Amino acid sequence: MSLLEMSGLTKRFGGLLAVSNFDLSLDAGEIVGLIGPNGAGKTTVFHLIAGFHAPTSGEIRFKGGSIVGSKPHAICRLGLTRTFQIVQPFAGLSVIENVMVGAFNRERDAVAARRLAGEIVDVVGLGPRRDMPARSLTLSDRKRLEIARGLATRPEMLLLDEAMSGLNPTEIDEIIGLIRRIHARGVSLLIIEHVMQAIMALSHRLVVLHHGEKLAEGAPGEVARDRRVIEAYLGEGA
Amino acid sequence: MTWGLLLQAVVSGLLLGGVYGLVASGLSLIFGVLRIINFAHGAVMMLAMYTTYWLFALAGVDPYLSVILTAPLFFVLGVVIQKVVIEPNRSAAEHNQLLLTLGLALFFENLALVLWQGDFRTVRVAYSNASFMIGEALVEVPRLVASAGAVLMAVGLFWFLRLTDVGKALRALAEEPEGAALVGINVSRIRAASFGLGSACVAVAGALITPFFYVAPDVGESFNIMAFVVVVLGGMGNFVGALAGGFIVGLAESLGAAFLPGSLKQLVVFMIFVLVLLFRPQGLFGGSRDR
Amino acid sequence: MIAKAAGALAVTALIALPPLLPKYHLEVLISVLFWAYLGIAWNLLGGYAGQFSFGHAAFFGIGAYTSTLLLLQVGLTPWVGMILGGGLAAAFGLFEGYLSFRYGLKGPYFSLVTLAFAEMLRVVGVNTKAVGSSLGLVVPSTRAAPEMFMFSGKLPYYYIILAMGALALALTWKIGRSRLGFSLAAVRENEDAAETAGVDALATKLRAMALSSFLTALGGTFYAQYFAYIDPTITFGPSVSIGALLPAIVGGAGTVLGPILGSFVLTPLSELTRYALRGRAGADIMLYGAILVLVISFLPQGIVGLVRERRARAGQR
Repeated sequence: MSLLEMSGLTKRFGGLLAVSNFDLSLDAGEIVGLIGPNGAGKTTVFHLIAGFHAPTSGEIRFKGGSIVGSKPHAICRLGLTRTFQIVQPFAGLSVIENVMVGAFNRERDAVAARRLAGEIVDVVGLGPRRDMPARSLTLSDRKRLEIARGLATRPEMLLLDEAMSGLNPTEIDEIIGLIRRIHARGVSLLIIEHVMQAIMALSHRLVVLHHGEKLAEGAPGEVARDRRVIEAYLGEGA
Repeated sequence: MTWGLLLQAVVSGLLLGGVYGLVASGLSLIFGVLRIINFAHGAVMMLAMYTTYWLFALAGVDPYLSVILTAPLFFVLGVVIQKVVIEPNRSAAEHNQLLLTLGLALFFENLALVLWQGDFRTVRVAYSNASFMIGEALVEVPRLVASAGAVLMAVGLFWFLRLTDVGKALRALAEEPEGAALVGINVSRIRAASFGLGSACVAVAGALITPFFYVAPDVGESFNIMAFVVVVLGGMGNFVGALAGGFIVGLAESLGAAFLPGSLKQLVVFMIFVLVLLFRPQGLFGGSRDR
Repeated sequence: MIAKAAGALAVTALIALPPLLPKYHLEVLISVLFWAYLGIAWNLLGGYAGQFSFGHAAFFGIGAYTSTLLLLQVGLTPWVGMILGGGLAAAFGLFEGYLSFRYGLKGPYFSLVTLAFAEMLRVVGVNTKAVGSSLGLVVPSTRAAPEMFMFSGKLPYYYIILAMGALALALTWKIGRSRLGFSLAAVRENEDAAETAGVDALATKLRAMALSSFLTALGGTFYAQYFAYIDPTITFGPSVSIGALLPAIVGGAGTVLGPILGSFVLTPLSELTRYALRGRAGADIMLYGAILVLVISFLPQGIVGLVRERRARAGQR
């Protein structure tokens, strides 16, 4: 049984067909990359999976159960969480407090939640800045914070939305390392990314989305050589 | 409930509705451009009414004529308020901006209370009691003039926004703030102008109703609430909707007064308010930007 | 260190001094604690959950009228009536909250709806003979009967409101450090992110609403018993709604001590203004309006925010 399964996933916003008949399944332990030109509908797919939008039609199953119509917090409790393309920290809270919000999903008690949050903060490398207010973090650190907060909910699956955007090459390498560490802890990942070198290096499998439809799927090397994929990117001028 | 009473209710509702529409148009304009809900709107109306009263009591200026003075005066007041209080806080949290205008409302209302006490004052002119009949319904001339004048002003505002450069700049700023700045519109000046214009509208409305409405520090409060209801009903930032909404609310209120005892008519209006906010927050006619 | 000592001193003074105070000063102190209490109650929903209610008078009035009507009609002691009023107010709050939050009302729209609900209750009150209409209700207070929440002299009322304030304070403090507190902060800061992190935003907001409305209603009963007279305009009107939010805004919304500090600043100021401009009704509210504008403009985090900023800056040097 796949960990996450989407079939016939479709989302229409008024006259705009954002996602059309999208099928995808992920097994536990996989890292799957979701790529495509800007506006292809990738983030919309994330919104649909995570419960922020209801699909117009189609099915989404997580751990065998349908999550269509569930609210984001319920989906998080099941073990699936996401990060946002534009980072959304709790600006007024400190780093550790941000992560504690996630930790409270697994620990009812504040002391235990703080302990769990502290571990996660160290895993993502924000240890020295644990008491800093989130609003004073650099972009790179905010992205780590976003990932940390998701990790604290002890997910089985993490959806990462352009975690590398806006980062310099050193920071990108650091995040790649972090993602590998997360994967090693047993978290499956579905990643949206435009930084090609990163997603090629990380993914077991790539899925290409174009105008809301699946264009190609396969091993990174194959997909990169697929003519249709190349045309889609060059054609859109991504 | 006779047909005569019903007709009277409809007539009264339409008459007051015009005034509501003008008050709401000003509020809608302010919201459209500044994205704030101006709690001080009613207080400005109240100040305009006092101004009209004092011009009448001390200098014998006819309330309708005094509009020539009041409108520009309160345009300036609006601009000053916007530049001094509102603009410096434009990046504050939404609820804080709301509290800001609330603070202004409290200040002005109670300033009036301190200066002029809470006694009702009235402006009595020769035509205060003039009236005629339409069928079984009594139409009081001052109310008719107020409604007609309000509609005229609202229509004038509409054409101003359509045809003049300042008007177009206002609409541009309401629709697309970044784009407006890019094409060279003097954003801060237009923002100030929007508050000025909105205040001028509500000031004119205030002046127009003094021949038949009491003047007191709390008179603005009830119009405030009505204005919120009308703007929400008509659609935030939709000026035509505000006028139409004004008539709808005016009718609802007076029909409520005809059918319900005491002051329960207000309940009708509040319920419309809550229902619209819950089920059709963009208003009956759609706002300038959906929530 | 200094803060703890000052705090201990303040608490001791609050407990020990009042029997020695002249009547007028005691009345002002009761007033200060009363508005501080209402501010603490409001703060749970407004400051902690970030949902600014402009209509908290609705709950205040429900509390005041429930206990008073039960007292007058059935002879029920206000001590019990208070809890029943609180329960009723919480139910109304949940109704109001569910309607608003379920339909996605946020920010100013939520504020307006709460205002509308309070006004609706006021209009109903004014037009209902059974609850006394605009004439209001007089609460019997001629004899002392502690079991009926009636005391001779002001001192017992002082200690009651002090206890209520202390309990509300302790509750706020405890919540702030708990799972609910973190959920509230998350929802306040960023609702979407909170949901993603597993926080049920709707349930969290409703919990805050229930607590806030329950506590506010208890304040209504206190008011009825202390002032011995209630009417729809006093209890459901804007003066309570605004009075409940001001201390929190001035002192620091979303902080434990904010409402207390705010009330200790505002209430004596309003008393002073009323005294200085004797006979001039409205002078104190005018001052409130000006203070509100000034605080939002220059001190948006309130007094507590200012203190924190100073400390942070001192720590960085």
